[in-house]
Amino acid sequence: MNNSVSIRDLSLSFGAVSVLQNLNLDIRDGEFLVLLGSSGCGKSTLLNCIAGLLEPTEGQIFIKGRNVTWEEPKDRGIGMVFQSYALYPQMTVEKNLSFGLRVAKVPKEDIQRRIARAADILQIQPLLNRKPAELSGGQRQRVAIGRALVRDVDVFLFDEPLSNLDAKLRSELRVEIKRLHHSLKNTMIYVTHDQIEALTLADRIAIMKSGVIQQLDDPVTIYNRPVNLFVAGFIGSPSMNFLRGELAEEGGCPVFRTHGVSFSLDGYDTAEPLMPGRKVVLGVRPEHIHVDNHKAGAEMHDAVVDIEEPMGADNLLWLKHAGHTMSVRTGGAKRFAPGTKLQLSFDMSVASLFDAETEVRI
Amino acid sequence: MANISTLNTTAAGFDAVSEYVGSGPSGRRPRRAMSARNIMLYGTLFVAALYYLLPLYVMVVTSLKGMPEVRMGNIFSPPMEITFEPWVKAWAQACTGLNCDGLSRGFWNSVRILIPSVVVSIAVASVSGYALANWRFKGSEFFFSILIIGAFIPYQVMIYPVVIALREIGVYGTLTGLVIVHTIFGMPILTLLFRNYFASLPVELFKAARIDGAGFWQIYLRIMLPMSLPIFVVAMILQVTGIWNDFLFGVVFTRPDVYPMTVQLNNIVNSVQGVKEYNVNMAATLLTGAVPLIVYFLSGRLFVRGIAAGAVKG
Amino acid sequence: MTGMAPAKRPNQLFRNLNAKIASIPMILIAVGIFLGGSLWTVVYSFTNSKLLPRATFVGFDQFERLWASSRWIISIQNLAIYGILSLIFSMVIGFMLAALMDQKIRFENTFRTIFLYPFALSFIVTGLVWQWILNPEFGIQGIVRSMGWESFTFDPLYNPQIVIYGILIAALWQGTGLVMCLMLAGLRGIDEDIWKAARVDGIPMWRTYLFIVIPMMRPVFITTLVIIASGIVKVYDLVVAQTSGGPGNASEVPAKYVYDYMFQAQNLGQGFAASTMMLLTVAIIIIPWAYLEFGGKKRG
Repeated sequence: MNNSVSIRDLSLSFGAVSVLQNLNLDIRDGEFLVLLGSSGCGKSTLLNCIAGLLEPTEGQIFIKGRNVTWEEPKDRGIGMVFQSYALYPQMTVEKNLSFGLRVAKVPKEDIQRRIARAADILQIQPLLNRKPAELSGGQRQRVAIGRALVRDVDVFLFDEPLSNLDAKLRSELRVEIKRLHHSLKNTMIYVTHDQIEALTLADRIAIMKSGVIQQLDDPVTIYNRPVNLFVAGFIGSPSMNFLRGELAEEGGCPVFRTHGVSFSLDGYDTAEPLMPGRKVVLGVRPEHIHVDNHKAGAEMHDAVVDIEEPMGADNLLWLKHAGHTMSVRTGGAKRFAPGTKLQLSFDMSVASLFDAETEVRI
Repeated sequence: MANISTLNTTAAGFDAVSEYVGSGPSGRRPRRAMSARNIMLYGTLFVAALYYLLPLYVMVVTSLKGMPEVRMGNIFSPPMEITFEPWVKAWAQACTGLNCDGLSRGFWNSVRILIPSVVVSIAVASVSGYALANWRFKGSEFFFSILIIGAFIPYQVMIYPVVIALREIGVYGTLTGLVIVHTIFGMPILTLLFRNYFASLPVELFKAARIDGAGFWQIYLRIMLPMSLPIFVVAMILQVTGIWNDFLFGVVFTRPDVYPMTVQLNNIVNSVQGVKEYNVNMAATLLTGAVPLIVYFLSGRLFVRGIAAGAVKG
Repeated sequence: MTGMAPAKRPNQLFRNLNAKIASIPMILIAVGIFLGGSLWTVVYSFTNSKLLPRATFVGFDQFERLWASSRWIISIQNLAIYGILSLIFSMVIGFMLAALMDQKIRFENTFRTIFLYPFALSFIVTGLVWQWILNPEFGIQGIVRSMGWESFTFDPLYNPQIVIYGILIAALWQGTGLVMCLMLAGLRGIDEDIWKAARVDGIPMWRTYLFIVIPMMRPVFITTLVIIASGIVKVYDLVVAQTSGGPGNASEVPAKYVYDYMFQAQNLGQGFAASTMMLLTVAIIIIPWAYLEFGGKKRG
């Protein structure tokens, strides 16, 4: 397996404040890797280190097998797209694309060829003679991507490129970026705080918190088997239900107990022994709690509807049970009045148990 | 963590972990503190700083020397014998015209000019700025534009009509007259300053007060003023510096016995026939520059903001 | 007439009455003094007022005399040289200092304080201290000579040919700090991502400044230009203090010409004519700029 980008023991501190701590990461050739996290988690810092715009305090960075830790950004074989597009405002689109190449003394025909190719892929031919101020947000972003494209590099870096766009444009461009990745097959490292972007675009997601990678896996695994409480709560909208309680044993089988109510853990996949008395948090996603179409033999729970949030295609129900209020997703066709009594079943095969103290998945 | 297992990949060129750790460039780029870039950067800044500091140094040093030492020649050499006599002379004994009681006269004149001028000019300008920002009425912007254009017109063009006007009211040559003049010519920049500031305050505050029934003056005194300390400080710094350093108005609108310090200084230094006492002159210069310099050093950042605010046109 | 109609008109005028009353000083000053005063001066420049204004019109007589006066011609020449050089040098020096200060250096506050403090001084103070430094006996010339270069001459203040440069040096000392502050504020307003993008593109620093950053700072440059230009035309105190217009008339400037004729030579007519010329010069600079900045946008 070829590694396009490798990070070894990377640390970065500003004085006493440690932003990145001993990071290790391997990104495969042609992979679309998303660095996901909320503000301040270090994802942009990591990207800037890979780009060479920030210097790490310790550690090494390899791109295509070459140690680039001390190299200038222009010598690393990367192209970068910024959140604010950062197009040179006084130059036309064509000059924006060609400026770096002209400085590097690339022959004219070569420059023309590269620009034509980028314009073709990104559909920006009609824009070549316009200035950035005359372009829409989506067009500007495409030109920004084009500027990285003409550099003929292996690795593309994206720093929250869609955050400045409105919701509709965001979803349009998201699809375009995905198509771009399919056609170009370059390695792409993408930073975002939007989990939808992460889930839809990524081959693998690296979720970060406080400068540490919490989990590095493909989207499905992260969604269904989050490795700790933070990841579980971060991914998924509407977010996962968390019930605090403890493990117990009933009839020889492990159960989860909270506020006197027991939940069978039948079907829960774990390698660890589930010791009774251990304080845990049970996490179940709203779509994995059923109010109808129960599986044969599933354990039933009685709950009362607190409030419902109809969202068109789905209905988000908030129900009270076992001392907790939990959200359940059902089809939008049915409506439920507050106070209605319902029966719930829980799909434990896709649930998650976390140790209450360490917050790590059991 | 899933990534631990990827450390031992077997792609071409990547072998065991030991290949990386410790080999090749790692961590910070090696940077000598005395890199060429730093030398040029700090060197240039240092040389520039010298150019700016030199005159100050020369002034101080000359003012502390006795005349024989001054005549010996080198203006850059520190005094061999420090004497404060030039200072005393400048303050209490220098002659302008018929009066020989030193710069102290000009100093107190300047103070007497400064305080009312600052107060009146800021009072009028702040109210005008407030009216422009919150109470726009038909034509208000038009008059404001004329005011701003007026800031660019050389004073000399408008000065004589003002002389005539002051003569008519009977205040030409008096302190009141000069205060009026300073207020007039301070209006453009100060009004701009206050207008921009009041316009930047949340308009909801103003609206809420109006709903509560407050009127023009009530809102100004009870709501705007308490929130405006920073801008008043900036305005004061601008005016104190500008009025203290003024020369033209001082020389046109006053009589010799009420000359401000700047005018007196110029008279002392430039109209003395015969022996020039350079050390006294330098001491006098320093005394005159002392007040705005002290204001400047004390207010640092605010001063910069004031200048920038005055300079940034709406 | 019904009772409704008359009530409309006075209502408009009395709206915001307090605000209007409070704005009277501003309106008086703007219209009465700035507009009115300038107009008055221009009108009276066509008279032959001497000690006191006289309403006898003499056409362009004053202007002919003005332009025939060698002293006035010298003052205009001086203003031109001083103005152009002052503009160029203060912009260049100010920008370079700002660029250096923008490099995330230590002691930034200290350096800024040092570069800007001359601005806090009166032109009189500046003029006097530079008069002293440029003194041929004790100042720079004297020192360099005492160091061995016997024939070194640097006495701008006694040399009619180059005295204007002596004034220029003093003016730059006082004014470049302000330009630096303005430029620095402009530089700081440049999006950081632009610098990053240029770095990734491999564009060297000097090209980034020249082709990307400076074009982006156009508004700041223009504002600074206008501020410097308006200060140039007004230059008066500095000349009075540093050279008193000398040697002879060699460092005469228009503002001083106006003052001397208005208040000392008892020739108001000449003073007015000269003022009108100054006004014209300013108008030539300001009107195109105002049109560029605000053209079409607002109509008061």
